[in-house]
Amino acid sequence: MATPSRLAELLRAGRFVVTAELSSSNSADPEATWRRAEVLRGSVDAINCTDNTGAHVHMSSLAASHLLVEKGLEPIMQLTVRDRNRLALQADLLGAAALGVRNLVLMSGDDVTAGDHPEASRIYDIDSMQLLEVAAAMRDRGTYLSGRKLEQAPSFFIGAVENPFAPPLEFRPLRLQKKLRAGADFIQTQLVFDVSLFARFMAAVADLELIGKVFIIPSVGIPRSARGANFMREKVPGLHVPESLVSRLEKTPPARQAEEGVKIAVELVNAVREIPGVSGVHLIGIKWEEGVVQVAEAAGLLPRPTLSPLVTAGGRG
Amino acid sequence: MVERLVLAIEKPLKEAIWDCRMCGQCILHSTGLSCPMHCPKNLRNGPCGGVRANGTCEVYADKRCVWVEAWEGSQRLPAFKGHIEHLQKPVDWQLLGSSSWINLVNGRDRVAPKGWKADGHA
Repeated sequence: MATPSRLAELLRAGRFVVTAELSSSNSADPEATWRRAEVLRGSVDAINCTDNTGAHVHMSSLAASHLLVEKGLEPIMQLTVRDRNRLALQADLLGAAALGVRNLVLMSGDDVTAGDHPEASRIYDIDSMQLLEVAAAMRDRGTYLSGRKLEQAPSFFIGAVENPFAPPLEFRPLRLQKKLRAGADFIQTQLVFDVSLFARFMAAVADLELIGKVFIIPSVGIPRSARGANFMREKVPGLHVPESLVSRLEKTPPARQAEEGVKIAVELVNAVREIPGVSGVHLIGIKWEEGVVQVAEAAGLLPRPTLSPLVTAGGRG
Repeated sequence: MVERLVLAIEKPLKEAIWDCRMCGQCILHSTGLSCPMHCPKNLRNGPCGGVRANGTCEVYADKRCVWVEAWEGSQRLPAFKGHIEHLQKPVDWQLLGSSSWINLVNGRDRVAPKGWKADGHA
């Protein structure tokens, strides 16, 4: 019954994958989501639908993911433990599976104080590590957390996040290992700007013998302007944007800053590709899907591979 | 009755030392004696991605991240050094306000939801 995760098939076939983030919608009209997503068609392998990103309310990631499935695009549904308790999380996971969602990225989420409803209550009934285990139990053992049996288990390709640049730095590779043990199949990292720090993180991951057991996909941001880069530097939790990057954009005339941003992103893609254990790249152009396509093109990541019928036929559900 | 007596000692003691939140399922030995219930996200398995470069909390910029302290503390507790890597089960919110000492003795704090995998407990 279930279509397999194409993302999983590509990674398991050893292909270098490209994923991207879709701008979240504030429109009741599905066309708004489809318009943004269509820009990415053919340039990426799967598309992240964010869950109230930056703690700002938007269309739910479940609904956005389903809109993508309807159009034959492959979503990666992000789900945070910030806004839902264990009942709601499992209900949405099962619902997502029934609606054709195969890829998940499960995370804590930015705190409510970072968003547009700072007065909201925080849920955090379970943590992101426990949610990984819950999703894996639904898939592998066919049960809810309560132990109650599902009639049909979902077939998820389970993702998690890691921030290699936030303290305590020595703990980060161990935390990645913990996520792998909890059920993560792949990891999307926080935006990489400091390539040498990321390379050190990957070396530590390799020392733990995790390469090949979990697919690691670093994120690369595409700054569109000096102002945007500065906003990321100052306002976004967990982001470590170097001053040199902001000043490089500031020295560029405003009309050419977007072009320079693409250039910066291409340099970062080329740098992270060289690091052992990197399985793909996750491109983030904030409200700028066209930038993603430009970077994919300029970094030589196009065309995206199509799977051989043999691989597809053998796919797990 | 017994619980009230134990709580009369446990609560003021742990509140004085750790500003204890009385979750009733203490895992301080696995977290370098840094209480994870002080994390605004209730994270019991490690830090979130929002920790600031100087090691302070994403939410409370003037406070050190609970998990930065937990990591440092765990390095100073050789007997429990590897415990920070254990997968901690979800919080049982029914135990909030109860005595973790009693729950430790009678095993109540080790009861996990039936669908939780058996291994990986602290």
